[in-house]
Amino acid sequence: MVAKLKGQYGSGVREACTYLGQNYMVVEPSVVSELLQILRNREQFDYCVDITAVHYPERETQFELVWILYSFPRNERIRVKTMIADGESIPSAVSIWATANWLEREVYDMFGIRFDGHPDLKRILLPDGWKGHPLRKDYGIIQQDQEWVQANLGIESGQ
Amino acid sequence: MGAGQPGNRERPITMTDRTMTEQKTTEQKTSDPTRFLSHLELDQPDKTFLDSNELVINMGPQHPATHGVLRVILKLDGEKVLGTECVIGYLHRGVEKIAENRTYTMFNPYVDRMDYVAAVSNGLGYCEAVEKLLNIEAPPRAKYIRVILTELNRMASHQLWLGTHALDIGAMTPLFYTFRDREEILKIFEKYCGARLTTHAFRIGGCQYETYEGFERDVIKFLNFVPPKIDEYEELLTSNRIWLERTKNVGVISRADAIALGVTGPVLRASGVKWDLRKAQPYAAYSDFDFEIPIGTNGDTYDRYTVRMEEMRQSLRIIRQAVERIPEGPIMAKVPKVIKPPVGEIYHSIEAPKGELGYFIVSDGSTQPYRVRVRPPSFVNLQALDIMVRGALVADVIAVIGTLDIVLGEVDR
Repeated sequence: MVAKLKGQYGSGVREACTYLGQNYMVVEPSVVSELLQILRNREQFDYCVDITAVHYPERETQFELVWILYSFPRNERIRVKTMIADGESIPSAVSIWATANWLEREVYDMFGIRFDGHPDLKRILLPDGWKGHPLRKDYGIIQQDQEWVQANLGIESGQ
Repeated sequence: MGAGQPGNRERPITMTDRTMTEQKTTEQKTSDPTRFLSHLELDQPDKTFLDSNELVINMGPQHPATHGVLRVILKLDGEKVLGTECVIGYLHRGVEKIAENRTYTMFNPYVDRMDYVAAVSNGLGYCEAVEKLLNIEAPPRAKYIRVILTELNRMASHQLWLGTHALDIGAMTPLFYTFRDREEILKIFEKYCGARLTTHAFRIGGCQYETYEGFERDVIKFLNFVPPKIDEYEELLTSNRIWLERTKNVGVISRADAIALGVTGPVLRASGVKWDLRKAQPYAAYSDFDFEIPIGTNGDTYDRYTVRMEEMRQSLRIIRQAVERIPEGPIMAKVPKVIKPPVGEIYHSIEAPKGELGYFIVSDGSTQPYRVRVRPPSFVNLQALDIMVRGALVADVIAVIGTLDIVLGEVDR
């Protein structure tokens, strides 16, 4: 399967490996949308388990987006990964898997990654007025706590 | 149930004239993905307040039938639900951020606080994920202990679900019965590890504690004690006319919709998908045991009830096999004192009582995980609420929240 996709996309699929028995492939952000579509329709990956991200602040393309897919007919999992820089957006997968709706909202909430074409991209776990995106590595928890305590209680934070 | 006044914390709630389009999308049974989307457009200016029959009300977050702090904004036409929107996050504790600031061992107790009625399952998933990352395996005896405790916990979780779900629908007796019997499980947990709910029963590499003197006896006593009790629950509900009226054809979700929405666990199985991670991709010692995967056909609330009832019996079957065949030997693998997995990442998931519970862990080679992502079953299943209650009555919303079996600690993490 991977060889077929590689043949089709050439350098779009950067690498496809297995680590600890789990398959994953790293692809270019430009082909992600089409590739997910193909995995869903042609390769029977009909269940989108999870969409998440990892932040690497020291890299040029800071965010690694991860789609974890599962196929009921094949009983197989695959991870699709791509890297994007801060401020870049990625096409939404809501039209491919309806479950992507909340999962993408959570990624947006926690990392600030925007998904193009998402119907309702807003914060999901944190309140609407929250500042910053907590799962970024440069987001300090202590500082946030102190600000809140000073603003709301008018005292110095104990932390 | 709260009145139409918006809470002052969140966005203002206004009403819009979308009755017609909403109804159309409900009727359309095409593969159009937009029909899954919940669009109340609450931020639109109030246009049709005087001409409209629509009413927007809040259910929760302080409402006993929402099982915690779930807030559902309901758009109603009389008693009929036109659409819903879930507002979640009231119990958000930033578990994933905490993980990045703790060592692998230190984070282990935190996972119990997510799905706090099935803490043992959470711990099992986390420990196995880290073990996979370290490339070690728990010894057979530890695996059997894990299976016994996890299945007991599934039982406890389903009992709690049954009691509260029946209470929501109006039957009070099952709550007393299930809590009485769940107590026996919690007693076993307490004797095993000293805690009843947030047990922290497992460690990375195996189990911390050897089974106590008389553990097997207690478990077998429980196995003999509980089947008549399950019959007793069924006697109260299965052919009860009120129960049938309130659950049959309520909150129907089709097989295709369930898969598209990523729903897992008993909710998926009730829609006719015979899929259980314990069989599909066995972990711990599950490949050693015989058990069936119960499935439903209609995908309604009643089917989800029968699936979970049967699951309880299958859990007992697994526990009996495990107790009878439990091997002797060590309970802890050789694990380094300081856990430093090699650079890499892992996704490992287990069949928690609510569905697929997954851990995606990225290691950078240090003692602390670089990133821990929890794939919570309740969070994903809750997304199906909207499509399940559209066109139903307000009372059905309560039944559907109950049947989804969500735990807000896990939804919000």
